Amino acid sequence: MTLDTRSKAEVVNIVLAKYQNDSSMLVGILQDIQAELNYLPREALEMTAEVLSIPLSRVYSVATFFKAFSLKPRGRHGIHVCMGTACHVRGAEKVLDRFQTELCACAGETTPDMKFTLETVNCVGACALGPVVVVDGEYEGQVTAEKVKSIIEGCK
Amino acid sequence: MVAEKSGKRLNSASELELLCEEIKRSVSARTRTVTICCGTGCLAYGGTKVAQAFRDEIKSRGLESEVEVKTTGCHGFCERGPLVVIRPENILYQRVKPADIPQVIDETLISGRVIDRLLYTIPGTKEKVTYEHDVPFYKKQMRLVFGANGYIDPTVIEDYIGCGGYAALSKTLFEMKPDEVVDEVKKSGLRGRGGGGFATGAKWQSTREAHGDPKYVICNCDEGDPGAFMDRSLMEGNPHAIIEGMVIAAYAIGAHLGYIYIRNEYPVAVKHAEKAIAQAEAMGLLGENILGSGFSFSVKINRGGGAFVCGESTALMASVEGRVGEPRAKYIHTSEKGLWDQPTVLNNVETLANVPLIINRGAQWYSSIGTANSKGTKIFSLVGKVNNTGLIEVPMGITLEEIVYGIGGGIPKNKKFKAIQTGGPSGGCLPASKLDMPVDFDELTRAGSMMGSGAMIVMDEDNCMVDIARYFLSFLEGESCGKCVPCREGLKRMRQILDRIISGQGQPDDIELLENLSETLTWGALCGLGGGAANPIMSTLRYFREEYEAHIIEKRCPAGVCKPLISYNIINEKCPNCTLCIKACPVGAITGQGKKLPVILDQVKCTKCGACYDVCRLGAVEVR
Ligand SMILES: Cc1cc2nc3c(=O)[nH]c(=O)nc-3n(C[C@H](O)[C@H](O)[C@H](O)COP(=O)(O)O)c2cc1C
Ligand code: SF4
Ligand code: SF4
Ligand code: SF4
Ligand code: FES
Ligand code: FES
Repeated sequence: MTLDTRSKAEVVNIVLAKYQNDSSMLVGILQDIQAELNYLPREALEMTAEVLSIPLSRVYSVATFFKAFSLKPRGRHGIHVCMGTACHVRGAEKVLDRFQTELCACAGETTPDMKFTLETVNCVGACALGPVVVVDGEYEGQVTAEKVKSIIEGCK
Repeated sequence: MVAEKSGKRLNSASELELLCEEIKRSVSARTRTVTICCGTGCLAYGGTKVAQAFRDEIKSRGLESEVEVKTTGCHGFCERGPLVVIRPENILYQRVKPADIPQVIDETLISGRVIDRLLYTIPGTKEKVTYEHDVPFYKKQMRLVFGANGYIDPTVIEDYIGCGGYAALSKTLFEMKPDEVVDEVKKSGLRGRGGGGFATGAKWQSTREAHGDPKYVICNCDEGDPGAFMDRSLMEGNPHAIIEGMVIAAYAIGAHLGYIYIRNEYPVAVKHAEKAIAQAEAMGLLGENILGSGFSFSVKINRGGGAFVCGESTALMASVEGRVGEPRAKYIHTSEKGLWDQPTVLNNVETLANVPLIINRGAQWYSSIGTANSKGTKIFSLVGKVNNTGLIEVPMGITLEEIVYGIGGGIPKNKKFKAIQTGGPSGGCLPASKLDMPVDFDELTRAGSMMGSGAMIVMDEDNCMVDIARYFLSFLEGESCGKCVPCREGLKRMRQILDRIISGQGQPDDIELLENLSETLTWGALCGLGGGAANPIMSTLRYFREEYEAHIIEKRCPAGVCKPLISYNIINEKCPNCTLCIKACPVGAITGQGKKLPVILDQVKCTKCGACYDVCRLGAVEVR
């Protein structure tokens, strides 16, 4: 536990130093912290507020306003199903349904074994290939419900 | 390579000109350039591996001094990626795989023969097309802003300079007064490409005249409009053009600091913008004393966190200040009190990318393109149910028909065109009867839609317009910041009404109720998110009312989309028990009865996922 909290603290310190404790860069700071820790733990938010000398409520309001942030730990593999318009008209709903069935998790949830987090996004900017699914940062285009199983199995 | 040698600081207009000449000479010394698209679309198809294979193969054969391999941003024709174009001939190879590379080098680069199987085939006529400029998708376009994407490596500033980049900046700084720049942009008739279509020159003028120092320039690369990716592709594929546009804007209004606001979902755009800023600063094209002119301007990058409302000007500025991205009422314009209450110009990526073009070629030339009140070209993302998906750049005034059929190649699988959605969540759906309409800011608005940022989503007979309306409402409900009541509550109630209609519980007066709520929302909302939110409803009610009525009165979804109103059934006569659907059904709702006998579909187990419908090749599954 102590080791765990210390490494969180280190991450936060490194990120804050990179932004020279500039509170106007709060969104970027939280993004970088999340990129390292995979979510935003309470301790990290408290430290950020403390070091930047801004109210914790402001840090929380930013951390909960933007979709990109998660206050809960996330699975080892992130599956983002695009629900943007271009993907929607080409059947993204069917793809999402199949992911939910196969993973036994609803959008926004993490599987109990912490292996997958299933999330929806509104457009990832590869609309020409819709439906698009982003798995651990890699784009998969023209996904069909049939391909879902092999995508999941492809995640080791 | 020039790239490595030159990175030194340029201290005058003539030094920039000399460098441009030098780069041009070194390019023509090579016989061939291979450009490989590494935009997001082509990357998804394996573009990086193709590029790497090319580099390795060219190197192992010692051809580096004759052939230059260049990775570029999106070429536009994402549907057929990964794309490889061999220049100067412009031979276009599509769907290229790493295994194809040795053959491309042997046959095309060395022996000068074209490889038939890698060429693009026109779907209808089966005709093969050799050259990029002959492909119908490109032929009808006018690629003034976006064209350079296919020629330059966005991470190499010399590529941009070699194409005449930063010449407009040099002309601005040394030959024009700030007022003249504003005038030129005003005369060009350029209107903002971010959605509202506000006259760019007028915006610059009011910021120039506003009292207050410092002033700021912000580039809006939030691109929250789902279905649009032109800003991303410009920022990824040609970031220097945007930076050049920003410096010109800064000179015109008297700003010394600017921000590029990029959504975090676009990591490559962030990376390329960062790199471009560093390169431009190192070469004296950005930062202190630009090109020795005495004018200074620097640019910082801010990343958005995935909130659609942050694309709105005041919300964006709040977010840049490190606060929650909530809009404020605009009694005072951001041109007077914007970022940190200082005069601020906020422009869209594409708007800024148009600026160097206007300065280089003149307002008169620019305003000769387009229609009476919409000048120049517009980049659209042509996506959805259309054969040639991708990014297109067309002159204002082109008809929807030319876009969908001429450039887009029509609807896949010979389905019927139903609607085209333009303008994103604040736009509308236009029916087939509007296909002959010329596309510009005013025509689209008159038809009940809008230009928006330029997403064009084509829908066919399998798309349900009530479902689409509900889709946009639930999107906006999720993105509403919640600050004002009409938007926060109105969107929710409207979505609930649509849910009711979709599940077969619609009431006869629901349409009227939707219309009333739409009006309240349009007039009562604080910002453009709520203000435009009723448009998808209003436009579908205007053009596709009978579909709403079918749902409400007949309890039927004509397109076969809305789950509670449909069921999947086997047409016994057509089914010889090929068992494809049995394997495809995720819940085991289909069972066989033995050889040649039709399969049986259990309606109780069926979750209506549609997999059986999608796999059946004999049309033996129907939706009712
Ligand atoms: C809800 C909402 C979202 C918007 N999103 C964007 C966006 O993603 N990109 C953009 O350039 N403009 C967006 N706009 C428009 C901006 O508020 C602003 O008008 C525009 O960036 C100004 O630049 P322009 O004059 O060059 O078009 C949005 C507006 C609203 C109301
Ligand atoms: S209209 Fe919607 S998004 Fe805009 S301020 Fe009101 S609640 Fe927020
Ligand atoms: S619609 Fe889906 S669940 Fe129903 S029978 Fe077909 S495959 Fe099975
Ligand atoms: S896929 Fe079609 S033809 Fe084959 S068993 Fe199913 S319904 Fe019959
Ligand atoms: S709508 Fe899915 S990537 Fe744009
Ligand atoms: S990403 Fe390659 S053409 Fe668009």
